[in-house]
Amino acid sequence: MGRGKRDRIVAILMLLPSIILLAIFVYYFIGSNVLTSLTDSNVVQRLSQQPANYVGMQNYESLFTGTLNGRFRIDIINTIFFTVLFIAACLSIGLLLAVLLDQKIKGEAIFRTIFLFPMALSFVVTGVIWKWLFNPSNGINVLPTFIGLPPIDFDWFISQERWFEFNWQDFPVIVSIVIAAIIFAVGVYFLYKQRTPTAYYIIGFALLMSVWILLGGAASLNGLARQETHGFNLALFALVVAATWQMSGYTMAMYLAGLRGIPEELREAARVDGAGELGVYRYVVMPMLAPITLSAIIILGHISLKIFDLVFVMGGGDNLFIDMPGINMYFTTFRGQEFGVGAAIATIMLVMVATVIIPYLVSSLRTEEVNS
Amino acid sequence: MKRFSIFLLVFAVALLSLMPAAAQDEAPSGDLEIFSWWVGGGEAAGLEALIEDFAAKYPDVNVINAAVAGGAGVNATAVLTSRMLGGDPPDTFQWHAGEELSSIWVRAGLLEPLNDMYEENGWFEAFPQGLLDLISDDEGNVYVVPVNIHRSNVMWYVPGNLEEWGVTVPASWDEFVNETCPTLQEQGVTPISVGETWTQVHLWESVALGVLGPEGYAGLWDGSTDWTSDTVTSVFETFGQVLDCANEDMSALSWQDASQMVAEGSAAFNIMGDWAAGLFLVDLGLVADEGFAWAPSPGTEGTFMMLSDTFGLPVGAPNAGAVRAWLNYLGSVEAQDIFNPLKGSLPANTQADISNEELYNVYFQDAYNDWTSNEIAGSLAHGVVASRAFMNGFNDIIASFAADHDATSAAANAAILGLQTGDF
Repeated sequence: MGRGKRDRIVAILMLLPSIILLAIFVYYFIGSNVLTSLTDSNVVQRLSQQPANYVGMQNYESLFTGTLNGRFRIDIINTIFFTVLFIAACLSIGLLLAVLLDQKIKGEAIFRTIFLFPMALSFVVTGVIWKWLFNPSNGINVLPTFIGLPPIDFDWFISQERWFEFNWQDFPVIVSIVIAAIIFAVGVYFLYKQRTPTAYYIIGFALLMSVWILLGGAASLNGLARQETHGFNLALFALVVAATWQMSGYTMAMYLAGLRGIPEELREAARVDGAGELGVYRYVVMPMLAPITLSAIIILGHISLKIFDLVFVMGGGDNLFIDMPGINMYFTTFRGQEFGVGAAIATIMLVMVATVIIPYLVSSLRTEEVNS
Repeated sequence: MKRFSIFLLVFAVALLSLMPAAAQDEAPSGDLEIFSWWVGGGEAAGLEALIEDFAAKYPDVNVINAAVAGGAGVNATAVLTSRMLGGDPPDTFQWHAGEELSSIWVRAGLLEPLNDMYEENGWFEAFPQGLLDLISDDEGNVYVVPVNIHRSNVMWYVPGNLEEWGVTVPASWDEFVNETCPTLQEQGVTPISVGETWTQVHLWESVALGVLGPEGYAGLWDGSTDWTSDTVTSVFETFGQVLDCANEDMSALSWQDASQMVAEGSAAFNIMGDWAAGLFLVDLGLVADEGFAWAPSPGTEGTFMMLSDTFGLPVGAPNAGAVRAWLNYLGSVEAQDIFNPLKGSLPANTQADISNEELYNVYFQDAYNDWTSNEIAGSLAHGVVASRAFMNGFNDIIASFAADHDATSAAANAAILGLQTGDF
């Protein structure tokens, strides 16, 4: 017992420095950033040592509804489209590469290195390289001319085309419908899996939410006075290609490790039961890779939600067709020197990343408890 | 009695310790940290030449060139702000004259007035009054020493190319949009080359000056021109038409790329500050009046839209004595004649040797005539007429305008922005 106690004290002492450092340099600063975001702090105030005024949620409100903050709303839309495309591309390409590498081919180690190599670069380097490659007049657009074909006619990161245009005033409704649909799907999934009462509660909640949407509850959340169209900017394709080039090797490595972890006996058993090669993947391999897919989504998701360097290098900063909240935050804080608004954007980014990370942390903590 | 002698002793020691400080005023020593965003090309060369000459005159001063690269001064601003807030100011720093200076540093009381230095050197007479107004407060206190003058409303072209395409330099934006632009587009030539967003703001200020005239343009910044009026909306409309005449890959180009399009003959005109003269003359090796030529941007004949780089003495600078020596040197004819030919700008000190053709090339001879005879306007893109906060917001307005071409909402947004940042 005495020994256990001493161990515990030693453990606490060992952990204490990092806990204190984390408390100051992560949590205190997060708190101080949130507090700043509730003020109108700016450079003149700070330099003349006058206190900033408390303005409540005004910075957040104006970001979502102010006529001058259209840039921020473009950023939100861009982030959503970019994140979805980037994750989908990384997962499918990574899985494809992993399955191909898993066919016991010759020189597997070499291919593995080649595919993983881009990850060793920083996004800044990736950005510079792809900025050259995507130059509309002398990048990959002219490649087909080497074999006598006409050049590709796509503007890449300076494209000003836009698909799926919609009015920002409809945004709350669209988001609510998507959220309600997801909740409904989750409920149906639970119902199908394990008929618990929770499943009925979830479905009930989704139905309630639909009624609220139908009655105009979501529409009333709109605070923007004038119509403002946003949509999927085709320039984002350039970002997605560059980012996928860098990160798909990582998903490949994760999937490959997962594939290697599946015992050969399981596959054999499936084959004996009469499954074809596709059936083995469909019913044995894929379900066992699900947790890996989840962790890959978490890692890629938080990268794409707070992406800065790649976009900054490729777009030069003020190209709104590929703009991201991180860049806006940087310019608002350091070029406009409006610290309050900059802090508000940073806080919103933190919330976005948290919505991805926290469910993951909760679920992984739960599994640990179950396992121990 | 004993106590008195101790007092005397202490007094004497104190007096002794003051001696070196008094001596310091005569011959400054120690470190002198000069903060700027001049890291490349002629700017860096000019600064280094200045530092070398200064160090030869004051061998006891150890000059530290603390230039911060990147982001057209954005990074430098961030570093400077955090150092000022952290109580670690550099000895002296570069900043644009005008509203950008007064809306932050002067308003916050972080710069020492330099009136005594101006009087000693007779600079109140040597620097033009219009420039002095930009760097002093309402009570007549002067806060910085300007090293140069740049012109922003310059239109660059290649005379031979214009002849070949059958166009002349347009005298107004109407003429450019309705006559010059279609003629050039028919021949597959880009009428005007533009680069990334700040160069679009740079183009906007030339359009605004050309459409509104010097008085109307100045009125934008003192509140006498109404931003929501039809005339200002028409500025944005004209600007939109000019953008329609421009290259499509603007957001991929730096100002150098855009100016180079003119030299290469793929574009007819480019509007850029006179630092482009250095690009044409030095980097591209062209001959003035043959390989390239210049004119005031359309409709701005007789107006010189200017900007100026300055250095000042921050409150609490670690080595004020050395800064004073540096500023004294910076404003002198000698220093201005070293710096400006390298940086490619006009000397702010009117006593500088502008007629010396070995120092100032043919472009600057011409520009100097305009500087001394024209009406003066302040540049928006370079911080003379508006604060940094306004500039940042206006950048966003131009970026979205480039995409949607909505003149009414752009003008209205600019009006709201001006109220919010307190600029007009």
